[in-house]
Amino acid sequence: MSSKNLDTLYRQVIMDHYKNPRNKGVLEDDSLTINMNNPTCGDRIQLTLKLEDGKVADAKFEGEGCSISMSSASMMTQAIKGKNIEEALKLSKVFSDMMLGKEYDEDDLDLGDIEALQGVSQFPARIKCATLAWKAMEKGVSTEKEEQE
Amino acid sequence: MNAREIRQMFPILDQEVNGRPLVYLDSSATSQKPVPVIEALDKYYREYNSNVHRGVHTLGTRATDGYEGAREKVRKFINAKSTEEVIFTRGTTTSINTVAASYGRVNLSEGDEIVISYMEHHSNIIPWQQVAKQTGATLKYLPLQEDGTISLEDVRETVTADTKIVSIMQVSNVLGVMNPIKEIAKIAHENGAIMVVDGAQSAPHMKIDVQDLDCDFLAFSGHKMCGPTGIGVLYGKKKHLEKMEPVEFGGEMIDFVGLYESTWKELPWKFEGGTPIIAGAIGLGAAIDFLEQIGLDKIEAYEHKLAAYAMEKMSAIDGMTIYGPKDASKRAGLVTFNIDDVHPHDVATVLDAEGIAVRAGHHCAQPLMKWLKVSATARASFYLYNTEEDIDKLVSGLVKTKEYFSDVF
Repeated sequence: MSSKNLDTLYRQVIMDHYKNPRNKGVLEDDSLTINMNNPTCGDRIQLTLKLEDGKVADAKFEGEGCSISMSSASMMTQAIKGKNIEEALKLSKVFSDMMLGKEYDEDDLDLGDIEALQGVSQFPARIKCATLAWKAMEKGVSTEKEEQE
Repeated sequence: MNAREIRQMFPILDQEVNGRPLVYLDSSATSQKPVPVIEALDKYYREYNSNVHRGVHTLGTRATDGYEGAREKVRKFINAKSTEEVIFTRGTTTSINTVAASYGRVNLSEGDEIVISYMEHHSNIIPWQQVAKQTGATLKYLPLQEDGTISLEDVRETVTADTKIVSIMQVSNVLGVMNPIKEIAKIAHENGAIMVVDGAQSAPHMKIDVQDLDCDFLAFSGHKMCGPTGIGVLYGKKKHLEKMEPVEFGGEMIDFVGLYESTWKELPWKFEGGTPIIAGAIGLGAAIDFLEQIGLDKIEAYEHKLAAYAMEKMSAIDGMTIYGPKDASKRAGLVTFNIDDVHPHDVATVLDAEGIAVRAGHHCAQPLMKWLKVSATARASFYLYNTEEDIDKLVSGLVKTKEYFSDVF
Protein backbone atom coordinates (compact mmCIF):
# COMPACT_ATOMS: atom_id res chain seq x y z
CA MET A 1 0.00 0.00 0.00
CA SER A 2 1.32 3.41 -0.90
CA SER A 3 0.64 4.42 2.68
CA LYS A 4 3.35 7.04 2.76
CA ASN A 5 1.24 9.14 0.49
CA LEU A 6 -1.92 8.48 2.49
CA ASP A 7 -0.25 9.26 5.79
CA THR A 8 0.22 12.87 4.71
CA LEU A 9 -3.58 13.03 4.43
CA TYR A 10 -4.78 10.92 7.32
CA ARG A 11 -2.69 12.32 10.16
CA GLN A 12 -3.27 10.98 13.64
CA VAL A 13 -4.60 14.31 14.89
CA ILE A 14 -7.18 14.38 12.06
CA MET A 15 -8.40 10.94 12.98
CA ASP A 16 -8.59 12.02 16.60
CA HIS A 17 -10.84 14.96 15.71
CA TYR A 18 -12.93 12.69 13.48
CA LYS A 19 -13.47 10.15 16.22
CA ASN A 20 -13.73 12.61 19.09
CA PRO A 21 -15.13 15.76 17.55
CA ARG A 22 -14.80 18.93 19.62
CA ASN A 23 -17.73 21.33 19.90
CA LYS A 24 -20.23 18.88 18.48
CA GLY A 25 -23.82 19.97 18.96
CA VAL A 26 -26.14 22.91 18.50
CA LEU A 27 -26.04 26.25 20.32
CA GLU A 28 -29.40 27.55 21.47
CA ASP A 29 -30.52 31.12 22.25
CA ASP A 30 -29.72 33.97 19.90
CA SER A 31 -27.13 32.03 18.03
CA LEU A 32 -26.49 32.31 14.34
CA THR A 33 -27.25 29.17 12.33
CA ILE A 34 -25.56 28.40 9.02
CA ASN A 35 -26.44 25.33 7.00
CA MET A 36 -24.17 24.34 4.18
CA ASN A 37 -23.77 21.26 2.07
CA ASN A 38 -21.51 19.98 -0.59
CA PRO A 39 -23.94 19.14 -3.39
CA THR A 40 -21.50 16.95 -5.28
CA CYS A 41 -20.87 14.51 -2.45
CA GLY A 42 -23.65 14.92 0.11
CA ASP A 43 -21.59 16.23 3.02
CA ARG A 44 -23.51 18.67 5.17
CA ILE A 45 -22.82 20.87 8.14
CA GLN A 46 -24.92 22.91 10.51
CA LEU A 47 -22.82 25.50 12.25
CA THR A 48 -24.14 27.56 15.16
CA LEU A 49 -22.19 30.63 16.25
CA LYS A 50 -22.60 32.91 19.19
CA LEU A 51 -21.14 36.30 18.38
CA GLU A 52 -20.70 38.84 21.16
CA ASP A 53 -18.96 42.21 21.02
CA GLY A 54 -17.30 41.39 17.72
CA LYS A 55 -16.01 38.08 19.08
CA VAL A 56 -16.85 34.44 18.53
CA ALA A 57 -18.05 33.62 22.01
CA ASP A 58 -19.01 30.05 21.15
CA ALA A 59 -19.27 27.71 18.17
CA LYS A 60 -20.74 24.26 17.65
CA PHE A 61 -21.33 22.04 14.65
CA GLU A 62 -23.49 19.12 13.59
CA GLY A 63 -23.17 17.30 10.33
CA GLU A 64 -22.47 14.27 8.24
CA GLY A 65 -19.45 13.66 6.13
CA CYS A 66 -16.04 12.12 5.67
CA SER A 67 -13.11 12.20 8.06
CA ILE A 68 -11.66 15.28 6.39
CA SER A 69 -14.82 17.40 6.44
CA MET A 70 -15.79 16.48 9.98
CA SER A 71 -12.31 16.84 11.48
CA SER A 72 -11.89 20.16 9.72
CA ALA A 73 -15.17 21.35 11.24
CA SER A 74 -14.04 20.23 14.67
CA MET A 75 -10.69 22.01 14.32
CA MET A 76 -12.28 25.12 12.91
CA THR A 77 -14.68 25.56 15.83
CA GLN A 78 -11.81 25.02 18.22
CA ALA A 79 -9.66 27.59 16.45
CA ILE A 80 -12.17 30.42 16.16
CA LYS A 81 -13.59 30.28 19.67
CA GLY A 82 -12.56 33.41 21.55
CA LYS A 83 -11.14 35.07 18.42
CA ASN A 84 -12.57 38.33 17.16
CA ILE A 85 -14.27 38.31 13.78
CA GLU A 86 -11.28 39.85 11.97
CA GLU A 87 -9.00 37.14 13.31
CA ALA A 88 -11.46 34.40 12.42
CA LEU A 89 -11.64 35.64 8.83
CA LYS A 90 -7.87 35.97 8.68
CA LEU A 91 -7.57 32.39 9.88
CA SER A 92 -9.96 31.34 7.15
CA LYS A 93 -7.79 33.06 4.54
CA VAL A 94 -4.71 31.29 5.87
CA PHE A 95 -6.58 28.00 5.70
CA SER A 96 -7.72 28.63 2.15
CA ASP A 97 -4.14 29.44 1.09
CA MET A 98 -2.96 26.29 2.82
CA MET A 99 -5.49 24.22 0.85
CA LEU A 100 -4.37 25.79 -2.42
CA GLY A 101 -0.79 24.89 -1.59
CA LYS A 102 0.16 28.56 -1.44
CA GLU A 103 2.58 30.11 0.99
CA TYR A 104 0.56 31.30 3.91
CA ASP A 105 1.21 34.06 6.34
CA GLU A 106 0.70 32.85 9.88
CA ASP A 107 1.57 36.19 11.44
CA ASP A 108 0.89 35.74 15.10
CA LEU A 109 -2.05 33.41 14.56
CA ASP A 110 -2.08 30.19 16.48
CA LEU A 111 -2.92 27.53 13.91
CA GLY A 112 -2.86 24.72 16.43
CA ASP A 113 -4.24 21.45 15.08
CA ILE A 114 -5.23 23.00 11.77
CA GLU A 115 -1.77 22.56 10.37
CA ALA A 116 -2.38 18.82 10.32
CA LEU A 117 -4.75 19.40 7.40
CA GLN A 118 -1.92 20.73 5.24
CA GLY A 119 -1.59 17.37 3.49
CA VAL A 120 -5.10 17.72 2.01
CA SER A 121 -3.67 20.16 -0.55
CA GLN A 122 -2.01 17.17 -2.20
CA PHE A 123 -5.40 15.51 -2.72
CA PRO A 124 -7.28 17.96 -4.98
CA ALA A 125 -10.48 15.92 -4.88
CA ARG A 126 -10.66 16.30 -1.11
CA ILE A 127 -10.03 20.05 -0.73
CA LYS A 128 -13.73 20.87 -0.88
CA CYS A 129 -14.28 18.46 2.03
CA ALA A 130 -11.83 20.42 4.18
CA THR A 131 -13.17 23.86 3.27
CA LEU A 132 -16.89 23.20 3.88
CA ALA A 133 -16.92 24.20 7.56
CA TRP A 134 -14.74 27.23 6.90
CA LYS A 135 -17.07 28.47 4.18
CA ALA A 136 -19.98 28.12 6.59
CA MET A 137 -18.09 30.14 9.20
CA GLU A 138 -17.17 32.84 6.69
CA LYS A 139 -20.77 33.11 5.58
CA GLY A 140 -21.95 33.40 9.19
CA VAL A 141 -19.54 36.04 10.39
CA SER A 142 -19.79 38.07 7.17
CA THR A 143 -23.57 38.44 7.44
CA GLU A 144 -23.12 39.48 11.05
CA LYS A 145 -20.39 41.94 10.04
CA GLU A 146 -22.57 43.45 7.31
CA GLU A 147 -25.41 43.94 9.75
CA GLN A 148 -23.12 45.79 12.13
CA GLU A 149 -21.70 48.06 9.42
CA MET B 1 -16.32 -13.02 -24.86
CA ASN B 2 -12.67 -12.38 -24.10
CA ALA B 3 -12.41 -9.41 -21.76
CA ARG B 4 -8.62 -9.46 -21.81
CA GLU B 5 -8.59 -8.99 -25.57
CA ILE B 6 -11.32 -6.37 -25.43
CA ARG B 7 -9.35 -4.50 -22.81
CA GLN B 8 -6.48 -4.05 -25.28
CA MET B 9 -8.77 -1.90 -27.38
CA PHE B 10 -9.07 0.70 -24.63
CA PRO B 11 -5.75 2.59 -24.61
CA ILE B 12 -6.60 4.60 -21.48
CA LEU B 13 -6.66 1.44 -19.36
CA ASP B 14 -3.00 0.81 -20.08
CA GLN B 15 -1.54 3.27 -17.59
CA GLU B 16 -0.41 3.61 -14.02
CA VAL B 17 -2.24 5.77 -11.51
CA ASN B 18 -0.40 6.60 -8.30
CA GLY B 19 2.25 4.09 -9.24
CA ARG B 20 -0.23 1.22 -9.69
CA PRO B 21 -1.85 -0.21 -12.83
CA LEU B 22 -5.20 1.54 -13.29
CA VAL B 23 -8.27 -0.45 -12.24
CA TYR B 24 -11.22 1.48 -13.64
CA LEU B 25 -14.44 0.65 -11.80
CA ASP B 26 -16.48 3.75 -12.54
CA SER B 27 -18.12 2.92 -15.86
CA SER B 28 -21.60 3.73 -14.59
CA ALA B 29 -20.42 7.34 -14.36
CA THR B 30 -18.78 7.20 -17.77
CA SER B 31 -17.32 4.38 -19.81
CA GLN B 32 -13.92 4.39 -21.46
CA LYS B 33 -13.58 4.62 -25.24
CA PRO B 34 -12.24 1.92 -27.56
CA VAL B 35 -9.88 2.62 -30.47
CA PRO B 36 -12.58 2.41 -33.19
CA VAL B 37 -14.54 5.23 -31.50
CA ILE B 38 -11.46 7.42 -31.02
CA GLU B 39 -10.50 6.77 -34.65
CA ALA B 40 -13.97 7.60 -35.95
CA LEU B 41 -13.80 11.00 -34.24
CA ASP B 42 -10.26 11.57 -35.50
CA LYS B 43 -11.22 10.62 -39.05
CA TYR B 44 -14.24 12.88 -39.04
CA TYR B 45 -12.24 15.91 -37.95
CA ARG B 46 -9.30 15.14 -40.23
CA GLU B 47 -11.20 14.16 -43.35
CA TYR B 48 -14.80 15.30 -43.59
CA ASN B 49 -15.70 17.83 -40.91
CA SER B 50 -18.46 19.95 -42.40
CA ASN B 51 -21.92 21.15 -41.53
CA VAL B 52 -24.83 18.86 -42.36
CA HIS B 53 -28.08 19.15 -44.31
CA ARG B 54 -26.99 22.27 -46.15
CA GLY B 55 -24.87 23.33 -49.06
CA VAL B 56 -23.98 21.14 -51.96
CA HIS B 57 -20.29 20.51 -51.48
CA THR B 58 -18.81 17.06 -51.16
CA LEU B 59 -17.66 17.30 -47.55
CA GLY B 60 -21.13 18.44 -46.54
CA THR B 61 -22.60 15.35 -48.15
CA ARG B 62 -20.11 13.06 -46.45
CA ALA B 63 -20.80 14.63 -43.05
CA THR B 64 -24.56 14.35 -43.62
CA ASP B 65 -24.18 10.69 -44.60
CA GLY B 66 -22.11 10.05 -41.48
CA TYR B 67 -24.59 11.81 -39.21
CA GLU B 68 -27.71 10.25 -40.69
CA GLY B 69 -25.94 6.90 -40.95
CA ALA B 70 -25.42 7.05 -37.19
CA ARG B 71 -29.15 7.65 -36.74
CA GLU B 72 -29.92 4.48 -38.67
CA LYS B 73 -27.45 2.58 -36.45
CA VAL B 74 -29.27 3.86 -33.36
CA ARG B 75 -32.62 2.90 -34.89
CA LYS B 76 -31.44 -0.68 -35.42
CA PHE B 77 -29.76 -0.76 -32.00
CA ILE B 78 -33.06 -0.12 -30.19
CA ASN B 79 -35.31 -1.58 -32.91
CA ALA B 80 -37.29 1.61 -33.52
CA LYS B 81 -39.73 1.48 -36.43
CA SER B 82 -38.20 4.41 -38.24
CA THR B 83 -35.38 6.96 -38.00
CA GLU B 84 -38.09 9.59 -37.60
CA GLU B 85 -38.35 8.32 -34.05
CA VAL B 86 -34.67 8.82 -33.22
CA ILE B 87 -33.65 12.29 -32.03
CA PHE B 88 -30.09 13.18 -31.19
CA THR B 89 -29.71 15.14 -27.96
CA ARG B 90 -26.93 16.09 -25.59
CA GLY B 91 -27.65 13.12 -23.33
CA THR B 92 -30.21 11.43 -21.11
CA THR B 93 -30.86 14.60 -19.12
CA THR B 94 -31.70 16.63 -22.21
CA SER B 95 -33.83 13.80 -23.57
CA ILE B 96 -35.99 13.56 -20.45
CA ASN B 97 -36.22 17.35 -20.20
CA THR B 98 -37.48 17.45 -23.78
CA VAL B 99 -40.28 15.00 -22.98
CA ALA B 100 -41.20 16.87 -19.80
CA ALA B 101 -41.11 20.31 -21.41
CA SER B 102 -42.79 19.40 -24.69
CA TYR B 103 -45.10 16.45 -24.02
CA GLY B 104 -45.57 17.15 -20.31
CA ARG B 105 -46.51 20.81 -20.45
CA VAL B 106 -49.19 20.22 -23.07
CA ASN B 107 -50.66 16.99 -21.79
CA LEU B 108 -50.71 17.61 -18.04
CA SER B 109 -53.10 19.69 -16.02
CA GLU B 110 -54.33 19.94 -12.45
CA GLY B 111 -55.47 16.62 -11.06
CA ASP B 112 -53.19 14.63 -13.37
CA GLU B 113 -50.42 12.46 -11.96
CA ILE B 114 -46.84 11.69 -12.90
CA VAL B 115 -45.46 8.49 -11.39
CA ILE B 116 -41.74 7.94 -10.82
CA SER B 117 -39.89 5.82 -8.23
CA TYR B 118 -37.65 6.38 -5.22
CA MET B 119 -34.66 4.96 -7.06
CA GLU B 120 -34.62 7.53 -9.88
CA HIS B 121 -31.58 9.56 -10.86
CA HIS B 122 -32.00 13.32 -10.44
CA SER B 123 -32.35 13.60 -14.21
CA ASN B 124 -35.57 11.61 -14.00
CA ILE B 125 -36.88 13.51 -10.97
CA ILE B 126 -36.30 17.21 -11.40
CA PRO B 127 -37.77 17.63 -14.93
CA TRP B 128 -40.99 16.10 -13.53
CA GLN B 129 -40.92 18.25 -10.39
CA GLN B 130 -40.68 21.29 -12.61
CA VAL B 131 -43.44 20.30 -15.00
CA ALA B 132 -45.65 19.35 -12.05
CA LYS B 133 -45.21 22.85 -10.63
CA GLN B 134 -45.95 24.45 -13.98
CA THR B 135 -49.07 22.43 -14.73
CA GLY B 136 -50.47 21.70 -11.27
CA ALA B 137 -50.02 17.97 -11.78
CA THR B 138 -49.07 15.75 -8.83
CA LEU B 139 -45.78 13.88 -8.66
CA LYS B 140 -46.13 10.43 -7.07
CA TYR B 141 -43.37 8.05 -5.98
CA LEU B 142 -43.49 4.30 -6.34
CA PRO B 143 -42.29 2.70 -3.10
CA LEU B 144 -39.49 0.13 -3.15
CA GLN B 145 -39.35 -3.34 -1.67
CA GLU B 146 -36.91 -4.17 1.11
CA ASP B 147 -34.26 -5.27 -1.40
CA GLY B 148 -34.73 -2.17 -3.54
CA THR B 149 -36.84 -3.76 -6.28
CA ILE B 150 -40.16 -2.49 -7.58
CA SER B 151 -43.17 -4.75 -7.18
CA LEU B 152 -45.84 -4.80 -9.85
CA GLU B 153 -48.44 -4.84 -7.08
CA ASP B 154 -47.22 -1.42 -6.02
CA VAL B 155 -47.25 -0.23 -9.62
CA ARG B 156 -50.89 -1.32 -9.96
CA GLU B 157 -51.75 0.52 -6.78
CA THR B 158 -49.86 3.73 -7.55
CA VAL B 159 -50.77 4.15 -11.22
CA THR B 160 -54.38 5.29 -11.53
CA ALA B 161 -56.77 6.57 -14.18
CA ASP B 162 -55.43 10.06 -13.37
CA THR B 163 -51.86 9.06 -14.19
CA LYS B 164 -50.69 10.54 -17.47
CA ILE B 165 -46.97 9.77 -17.36
CA VAL B 166 -44.97 6.94 -15.79
CA SER B 167 -41.20 7.45 -15.93
CA ILE B 168 -38.86 4.78 -14.60
CA MET B 169 -35.21 3.88 -15.01
CA GLN B 170 -34.56 0.50 -16.60
CA VAL B 171 -31.46 -0.20 -14.49
CA SER B 172 -30.63 1.58 -11.23
CA ASN B 173 -27.24 3.30 -11.08
CA VAL B 174 -27.10 2.63 -7.34
CA LEU B 175 -28.98 -0.58 -6.58
CA GLY B 176 -28.15 -2.37 -9.82
CA VAL B 177 -31.81 -3.37 -9.91
CA MET B 178 -33.26 -4.22 -13.33
CA ASN B 179 -36.85 -3.01 -13.48
CA PRO B 180 -39.65 -4.90 -15.30
CA ILE B 181 -40.22 -2.11 -17.82
CA LYS B 182 -42.38 -4.14 -20.18
CA GLU B 183 -44.81 -5.03 -17.41
CA ILE B 184 -44.83 -1.51 -15.98
CA ALA B 185 -45.49 -0.10 -19.47
CA LYS B 186 -48.46 -2.44 -19.79
CA ILE B 187 -49.97 -1.20 -16.54
CA ALA B 188 -49.31 2.41 -17.57
CA HIS B 189 -51.08 1.88 -20.89
CA GLU B 190 -54.04 0.12 -19.27
CA ASN B 191 -54.51 3.31 -17.26
CA GLY B 192 -54.15 5.56 -20.28
CA ALA B 193 -50.69 6.81 -19.30
CA ILE B 194 -47.51 6.88 -21.37
CA MET B 195 -44.30 5.10 -20.39
CA VAL B 196 -40.99 6.97 -20.34
CA VAL B 197 -37.83 4.93 -19.82
CA ASP B 198 -34.51 6.25 -18.51
CA GLY B 199 -32.13 3.91 -20.29
CA ALA B 200 -28.86 5.56 -19.22
CA GLN B 201 -27.72 2.46 -17.32
CA SER B 202 -29.36 -0.17 -19.50
CA ALA B 203 -28.53 0.81 -23.10
CA PRO B 204 -24.77 0.23 -22.60
CA HIS B 205 -25.26 -3.21 -21.09
CA MET B 206 -28.22 -5.05 -22.59
CA LYS B 207 -30.25 -5.44 -25.74
CA ILE B 208 -33.13 -2.96 -25.82
CA ASP B 209 -36.12 -3.41 -28.10
CA VAL B 210 -38.43 -0.41 -27.83
CA GLN B 211 -41.21 -2.17 -29.75
CA ASP B 212 -41.09 -5.17 -27.47
CA LEU B 213 -40.98 -2.97 -24.34
CA ASP B 214 -43.75 -0.89 -25.90
CA CYS B 215 -42.37 2.23 -24.24
CA ASP B 216 -43.47 5.64 -25.51
CA PHE B 217 -40.11 7.33 -24.92
CA LEU B 218 -36.59 6.10 -24.18
CA ALA B 219 -33.65 8.29 -23.17
CA PHE B 220 -29.98 7.33 -23.08
CA SER B 221 -26.44 8.74 -23.31
CA GLY B 222 -23.57 7.92 -25.64
CA HIS B 223 -20.74 8.36 -23.17
CA LYS B 224 -21.81 5.50 -20.92
CA MET B 225 -21.75 3.08 -23.86
CA CYS B 226 -18.23 3.62 -25.23
CA GLY B 227 -19.27 6.71 -27.20
CA PRO B 228 -18.23 10.35 -26.80
CA THR B 229 -19.63 12.77 -24.23
CA GLY B 230 -22.20 15.30 -25.40
CA ILE B 231 -24.33 12.94 -27.49
CA GLY B 232 -27.47 11.14 -26.42
CA VAL B 233 -30.71 9.86 -27.83
CA LEU B 234 -34.38 10.46 -27.36
CA TYR B 235 -36.54 7.77 -28.88
CA GLY B 236 -40.24 8.56 -29.10
CA LYS B 237 -43.21 6.93 -30.77
CA LYS B 238 -44.02 8.82 -33.93
CA LYS B 239 -47.62 9.41 -32.89
CA HIS B 240 -46.38 11.46 -29.91
CA LEU B 241 -43.47 13.21 -31.58
CA GLU B 242 -45.66 14.39 -34.45
CA LYS B 243 -47.92 16.27 -32.08
CA MET B 244 -45.15 17.69 -29.92
CA GLU B 245 -43.67 21.17 -30.29
CA PRO B 246 -39.91 21.64 -30.41
CA VAL B 247 -38.27 23.03 -27.27
CA GLU B 248 -35.39 24.74 -29.07
CA PHE B 249 -35.84 27.06 -32.00
CA GLY B 250 -33.35 28.35 -34.54
CA GLY B 251 -31.39 27.08 -37.48
CA GLU B 252 -31.57 23.49 -38.74
CA MET B 253 -35.07 22.77 -37.39
CA ILE B 254 -37.09 25.06 -39.67
CA ASP B 255 -39.03 24.52 -42.85
CA PHE B 256 -40.05 28.05 -43.73
CA VAL B 257 -39.24 31.25 -41.81
CA GLY B 258 -41.42 34.32 -42.19
CA LEU B 259 -41.19 37.59 -40.37
CA TYR B 260 -43.68 36.62 -37.69
CA GLU B 261 -44.39 32.95 -38.20
CA SER B 262 -42.29 29.91 -39.05
CA THR B 263 -42.90 26.26 -39.72
CA TRP B 264 -40.82 23.28 -38.64
CA LYS B 265 -39.02 20.59 -40.51
CA GLU B 266 -40.45 17.08 -40.38
CA LEU B 267 -39.33 14.49 -37.82
CA PRO B 268 -36.79 14.01 -36.39
CA TRP B 269 -35.11 17.29 -37.32
CA LYS B 270 -37.68 19.61 -35.80
CA PHE B 271 -36.22 18.64 -32.42
CA GLU B 272 -32.62 19.28 -33.47
CA GLY B 273 -32.24 23.06 -33.48
CA GLY B 274 -28.79 24.46 -34.30
CA THR B 275 -25.80 22.70 -35.80
CA PRO B 276 -26.19 19.17 -34.51
CA ILE B 277 -23.66 17.08 -32.57
CA ILE B 278 -22.17 15.65 -35.75
CA ALA B 279 -18.91 14.20 -34.43
CA GLY B 280 -20.69 12.89 -31.35
CA ALA B 281 -23.30 11.06 -33.42
CA ILE B 282 -20.63 9.55 -35.66
CA GLY B 283 -18.69 8.46 -32.56
CA LEU B 284 -21.84 6.95 -31.08
CA GLY B 285 -22.40 5.07 -34.34
CA ALA B 286 -18.89 3.61 -34.05
CA ALA B 287 -19.58 2.66 -30.42
CA ILE B 288 -22.76 0.84 -31.45
CA ASP B 289 -20.85 -1.07 -34.15
CA PHE B 290 -18.24 -2.00 -31.56
CA LEU B 291 -20.78 -3.23 -28.99
CA GLU B 292 -22.84 -5.12 -31.56
CA GLN B 293 -19.81 -6.85 -32.94
CA ILE B 294 -19.20 -8.29 -29.49
CA GLY B 295 -22.91 -8.80 -28.86
CA LEU B 296 -25.08 -7.10 -26.23
CA ASP B 297 -26.31 -10.48 -24.99
CA LYS B 298 -22.75 -11.61 -24.36
CA ILE B 299 -21.87 -8.33 -22.64
CA GLU B 300 -24.89 -8.63 -20.36
CA ALA B 301 -24.13 -12.24 -19.46
CA TYR B 302 -20.48 -11.41 -18.79
CA GLU B 303 -21.38 -8.51 -16.52
CA HIS B 304 -23.79 -10.68 -14.55
CA LYS B 305 -20.93 -13.06 -13.98
CA LEU B 306 -18.68 -10.22 -12.79
CA ALA B 307 -21.40 -8.90 -10.50
CA ALA B 308 -21.94 -12.35 -8.98
CA TYR B 309 -18.21 -12.75 -8.44
CA ALA B 310 -17.94 -9.29 -6.86
CA MET B 311 -20.95 -9.88 -4.61
CA GLU B 312 -19.48 -13.14 -3.37
CA LYS B 313 -16.02 -11.75 -2.68
CA MET B 314 -17.14 -8.42 -1.26
CA SER B 315 -19.77 -9.78 1.08
CA ALA B 316 -17.08 -11.95 2.67
CA ILE B 317 -15.41 -8.78 3.99
CA ASP B 318 -16.31 -8.10 7.60
CA GLY B 319 -18.32 -4.92 8.15
CA MET B 320 -19.43 -4.67 4.53
CA THR B 321 -22.95 -3.49 3.64
CA ILE B 322 -24.07 -4.04 0.05
CA TYR B 323 -27.18 -2.20 -1.14
CA GLY B 324 -29.78 -3.65 -3.48
CA PRO B 325 -30.77 -7.26 -4.16
CA LYS B 326 -28.52 -9.95 -2.65
CA ASP B 327 -29.43 -12.23 -5.52
CA ALA B 328 -26.82 -11.46 -8.20
CA SER B 329 -29.12 -12.66 -10.99
CA LYS B 330 -31.42 -9.76 -10.14
CA ARG B 331 -28.77 -7.12 -10.66
CA ALA B 332 -26.68 -5.46 -13.31
CA GLY B 333 -22.91 -5.06 -13.20
CA LEU B 334 -22.41 -2.73 -10.28
CA VAL B 335 -22.08 -3.01 -6.53
CA THR B 336 -22.88 -0.11 -4.19
CA PHE B 337 -21.55 -0.53 -0.67
CA ASN B 338 -20.33 0.91 2.60
CA ILE B 339 -17.73 -0.31 5.06
CA ASP B 340 -18.49 0.14 8.77
CA ASP B 341 -16.82 3.18 10.32
CA VAL B 342 -15.15 4.36 7.11
CA HIS B 343 -16.80 7.14 5.12
CA PRO B 344 -17.14 6.35 1.38
CA HIS B 345 -14.98 9.36 0.44
CA ASP B 346 -12.23 7.95 2.56
CA VAL B 347 -12.73 4.53 0.97
CA ALA B 348 -12.43 6.11 -2.48
CA THR B 349 -9.28 8.05 -1.53
CA VAL B 350 -7.53 4.98 -0.13
CA LEU B 351 -8.51 2.92 -3.19
CA ASP B 352 -7.30 5.70 -5.48
CA ALA B 353 -3.89 5.50 -3.84
CA GLU B 354 -3.98 1.88 -5.05
CA GLY B 355 -4.84 2.92 -8.60
CA ILE B 356 -8.47 1.82 -8.20
CA ALA B 357 -11.15 4.26 -9.41
CA VAL B 358 -14.56 3.97 -7.71
CA ARG B 359 -17.34 6.48 -7.20
CA ALA B 360 -18.26 7.87 -3.78
CA GLY B 361 -21.15 10.17 -2.99
CA HIS B 362 -24.88 10.30 -3.49
CA HIS B 363 -24.77 9.20 -7.16
CA CYS B 364 -27.25 11.89 -8.19
CA ALA B 365 -29.95 9.99 -6.32
CA GLN B 366 -30.61 11.90 -3.10
CA PRO B 367 -34.18 10.59 -2.60
CA LEU B 368 -32.80 7.05 -2.86
CA MET B 369 -30.02 7.85 -0.36
CA LYS B 370 -32.74 9.02 2.01
CA TRP B 371 -34.63 5.78 1.47
CA LEU B 372 -31.45 3.81 2.17
CA LYS B 373 -30.90 6.05 5.25
CA VAL B 374 -27.34 6.91 4.26
CA SER B 375 -25.79 10.21 3.21
CA ALA B 376 -23.35 8.64 0.78
CA THR B 377 -22.14 5.30 -0.52
CA ALA B 378 -19.25 3.92 -2.56
CA ARG B 379 -19.85 2.17 -5.87
CA ALA B 380 -17.82 -0.14 -8.07
CA SER B 381 -19.27 -0.53 -11.56
CA PHE B 382 -18.15 -2.92 -14.25
CA TYR B 383 -18.09 -3.01 -18.02
CA LEU B 384 -16.96 -5.33 -20.76
CA TYR B 385 -13.27 -4.48 -20.24
CA ASN B 386 -13.21 -5.39 -16.54
CA THR B 387 -11.99 -8.77 -15.34
CA GLU B 388 -12.18 -10.89 -12.21
CA GLU B 389 -8.64 -9.75 -11.55
CA ASP B 390 -9.91 -6.15 -11.26
CA ILE B 391 -12.41 -7.34 -8.66
CA ASP B 392 -9.68 -9.21 -6.77
CA LYS B 393 -7.69 -5.97 -6.63
CA LEU B 394 -10.76 -4.11 -5.41
CA VAL B 395 -11.34 -6.65 -2.68
CA SER B 396 -7.75 -6.54 -1.46
CA GLY B 397 -7.90 -2.73 -1.65
CA LEU B 398 -11.02 -2.79 0.53
CA VAL B 399 -9.38 -5.09 3.06
CA LYS B 400 -6.40 -2.71 3.19
CA THR B 401 -8.75 0.26 3.59
CA LYS B 402 -10.29 -1.38 6.64
CA GLU B 403 -6.89 -2.20 8.07
CA TYR B 404 -5.60 1.28 7.39
CA PHE B 405 -8.47 2.94 9.18
CA SER B 406 -8.34 0.63 12.16
CA ASP B 407 -4.58 1.37 12.41
CA VAL B 408 -4.88 5.13 12.36
CA PHE B 409 -7.58 5.11 14.98
